[in-house]
Amino acid sequence: MSAAGARPASTSPRPPTDVSNPQYYHKVVDCQWACPAHTNVPEYIRLIAQGRYSDAYLLNRESNVFPGILGRTCDRPCEPACRRGRIDGKPVAICRLKRVAADHRGDVTDRLPKAPAEKNGKRVALIGAGPASLTVANDLMPLGYQVTILEKLAEPGGLMRINIPSFRLPAEVLDEEVGSILGMGVDIRYNSPVESMRTLLEDPWDAVFVGSGAPKGKDLEIPGRTEAAANIHIGIEWLASAHFGHIERIGERVLIIGVGNTAMDCCRTSRRLGGHDVKVIARRSRPYFKASPWELEDAEEEGIAIVENHAPKRFVLENGRLVGLELERLRWFDQNGRQKSEVVDTVVIPCDDVILAIGQDNAFPWIERDVGIDFDEHGMPIVDKTTMQCSRPGVFFGGDAAWGPENIIWAVEHGHQAAISIHQHCQSQPLSERPAYGMNLVSSKVGMHAWSYSNDYSPLPRTKMQHAELTKRFAGLGVEVELGFTAEETAREVERCLNCDIETHFTASLCIECDACIDVCPVNCLTIAPDVADDMDLRAWLSAPTMNPTQALYSSSPLPQTQRIMVKDEDVCLHCGLCAERCPTAAWDMRQFELLVPYALGRAASRLATVMPSFALPVTNQAVQNA
Amino acid sequence: MASITKPPVRHPSLPTNALGFTKRDYEGAMSTLCAGCGHDSVTAALVQALWELELPPHRAAKMSGIGCSSKTTAYFLRQSHGFNGVHGRMPALATGANAANRQLAYIGISGDGDSLSIGLGQLCHAIRRNLNMMYVLENNGVYGLTKGQFSASADVGSKSKRGEANVQPPIDPVLLALSLGATFVARSFSGDKAQLVPILKAAIRHNGFALIDVISPCVSFNDHETSTKSYRYTRNHYLEVAPVDFVPLRREIATEQGEDALTSVTMHDGSVVRFRKVANEYDPTNRDAAYAYLRARHAHGEVVTGLLHIDENAPDMHAVAGTVETPLVDLDFNALCPGGAALAELMDEYR
Repeated sequence: MSAAGARPASTSPRPPTDVSNPQYYHKVVDCQWACPAHTNVPEYIRLIAQGRYSDAYLLNRESNVFPGILGRTCDRPCEPACRRGRIDGKPVAICRLKRVAADHRGDVTDRLPKAPAEKNGKRVALIGAGPASLTVANDLMPLGYQVTILEKLAEPGGLMRINIPSFRLPAEVLDEEVGSILGMGVDIRYNSPVESMRTLLEDPWDAVFVGSGAPKGKDLEIPGRTEAAANIHIGIEWLASAHFGHIERIGERVLIIGVGNTAMDCCRTSRRLGGHDVKVIARRSRPYFKASPWELEDAEEEGIAIVENHAPKRFVLENGRLVGLELERLRWFDQNGRQKSEVVDTVVIPCDDVILAIGQDNAFPWIERDVGIDFDEHGMPIVDKTTMQCSRPGVFFGGDAAWGPENIIWAVEHGHQAAISIHQHCQSQPLSERPAYGMNLVSSKVGMHAWSYSNDYSPLPRTKMQHAELTKRFAGLGVEVELGFTAEETAREVERCLNCDIETHFTASLCIECDACIDVCPVNCLTIAPDVADDMDLRAWLSAPTMNPTQALYSSSPLPQTQRIMVKDEDVCLHCGLCAERCPTAAWDMRQFELLVPYALGRAASRLATVMPSFALPVTNQAVQNA
Repeated sequence: MASITKPPVRHPSLPTNALGFTKRDYEGAMSTLCAGCGHDSVTAALVQALWELELPPHRAAKMSGIGCSSKTTAYFLRQSHGFNGVHGRMPALATGANAANRQLAYIGISGDGDSLSIGLGQLCHAIRRNLNMMYVLENNGVYGLTKGQFSASADVGSKSKRGEANVQPPIDPVLLALSLGATFVARSFSGDKAQLVPILKAAIRHNGFALIDVISPCVSFNDHETSTKSYRYTRNHYLEVAPVDFVPLRREIATEQGEDALTSVTMHDGSVVRFRKVANEYDPTNRDAAYAYLRARHAHGEVVTGLLHIDENAPDMHAVAGTVETPLVDLDFNALCPGGAALAELMDEYR
């Protein structure tokens, strides 16, 4: 074609993509790659589609430990990553499907991990009973560890219990999932705040894990703060007080400072405790908000106003009582690539109460600075990103305690990694040698034009979650807002998943270069191109212009007839399998990829090996099953 | 066959042409041909060429006869005119359609059986009349629909899947067309869209009969080692002598670096066909030389491809017959049916 001149000539040969490395196909499964705990999302969605809710729940639990909790509260890094979002703008409702598995499962008690009666003689102390510590306990108990959790409150769960309002996360769900871990025989000591690390370490623990969170809400030191203290609250403390029933009312006019997810919980809780006129104050405009878009939507649905580009200046008092907040109205502009603001004018918004939700800090006043745990200039412990160990061997950090506020799913992953480290530490193995990931890759072909997955593309839009009516939901703090998906909604939503773990797998030696795959591909993923080494040079040859260079190019070894190479831009592949169906020589095949994630207990058992025993691999086998 | 139809989504950055259409808008029904069939690649090349030409789908008419090849018309341009006629009779149908409405783009798709056996006479006369149409002959050397008997284009010595050698000499549609005075003769390969697409574009814009012999392997019955119409054999014996770029009217494309001055032919509507890398001794505007060259290369067992002959000056059927410019459907009744007096006057001329 005439554009041929714009394309670079072949320079040096390109090494074919190494699909025997588990991380290559793992990265194609965008949701699993984005999930800190690498949950096998497409497989659990297929299990849900088959009505196998218990199996879906257990598959989830293997990686993320708290499917019921996370199905309601997860920050969902998987959803912005979801390939479906790049196809029709809206990702699969992954998180809410997880909740479906949790809500509709049967009794799985017999299939949960158990602790052996005979212990291995190792004692581990976990500080705080939040998601990070609970994950460590979950991973270590089945290995025979004696695990002790030291919790300052009278209930387990950490921020999941006291900071996430029960209208988003009912107590029963939390109790059940936390209970399944503690029920393995964890020695949990309530009302036991750790006041001195030195004292704790005097006890001969084999390992100590700090999962105490980031419990200190940031304050806002502007004029009037001390005088109006009675009506100014720190977000996370206020949420905890609301949880414990220490406060039952708030003024009618409430201002929330900050626009993160804690602010969303504060404003919505205010609506349920008597706040009628609730506003959230944001320094910047919407694209810069920290809160998840869906949490913002839910807040606005409850009549909460969001005031953009305003910065608090002073608390306004009358007769010693808070009556308003003076704010500077800001205008943002670009200066040499940096966002700068200038004050336009000031306004006073009348209010009865102000809640500060401007961030959280870690606080470790209880860790003496001379016990061998090094801190940086910000007062944060220095923790190894891979091993979770601090400068004192045998002491580990995880969750918000490690590097500041993150989210539950990150805390879970920290817990898994810390458990691996603790297990290695207790066996005197070097922590830096992490157990390897494994993989399985099995053809999903089950007939001439039949696959073991639903390969047709569903054009339906994302299913909207139904919410409780506004009048009902304000009746009490514990009325759950999201109603969960019905069977029909579930059946519809599961079909939107593109099955990104069913990989397009190419065998170059079989290809006759008939172009059938290229011609049939609905999204122009495939190209037969000259053997060009450089990625960007190769992208110039693609059938459809490349939009997303972060997505890999899958390239083959030279093809038998012309020595060109097959190239696939992974970006918007529908995994519909038409390339494989139209391939006369089965050079293209649709193969189910399964990532075998290592845990303290060993590599996760292969589901594929259970379904197809001929592909079974021993759990400890480091070898990789490849075509 | 595939278990599902092609999903109705497209690549988000798929470009649109001047009509606002993407390539997907030039597709047709899902192919029911065998997986890997060369005809499906010809279909894809047609989709690409028609999209690049910015041809409004409703201004095209797809004509075909019988055979695997003739099913192709169902697989592109789902919103155009079309007629699927009896075996080998597509040229007659196309002649009639073209006589009635000369303003549509006529796209005929046929095969080696439909064109060189049952329909050979039809093809010859369409060439002779210089009917203004593109005639794509999807050539695989076998009757695929009846399980792989040799067709009239099978080479001597080419073996069937069962091992029998063909002994009858082939009819070469390119030599046939040259000898009958065809004004646009090309040969290409379904596995080489870079060559095929510009040829298709030039063929549609050619004013007259444009024959394109496309080697289009039959994966089911003629892609084995001893076949001379397989993907591998074609690639191994491929000799590209006259590849072209098609430059539409009023759109100049910069010359590629390092290329010398190119032979170019201006077409009827002002578009230009530019020949790239034409072999030194080859002149695509000289019919006799082209014929001799093709005979010589064929004796060496080579499959010569490219736009092998072009003659933009020959009159097409309408010019020879002096027919009316306006499609019959657009003529007013009095002009189309001038009445008894006019008939009597005409009859008087023959007395």
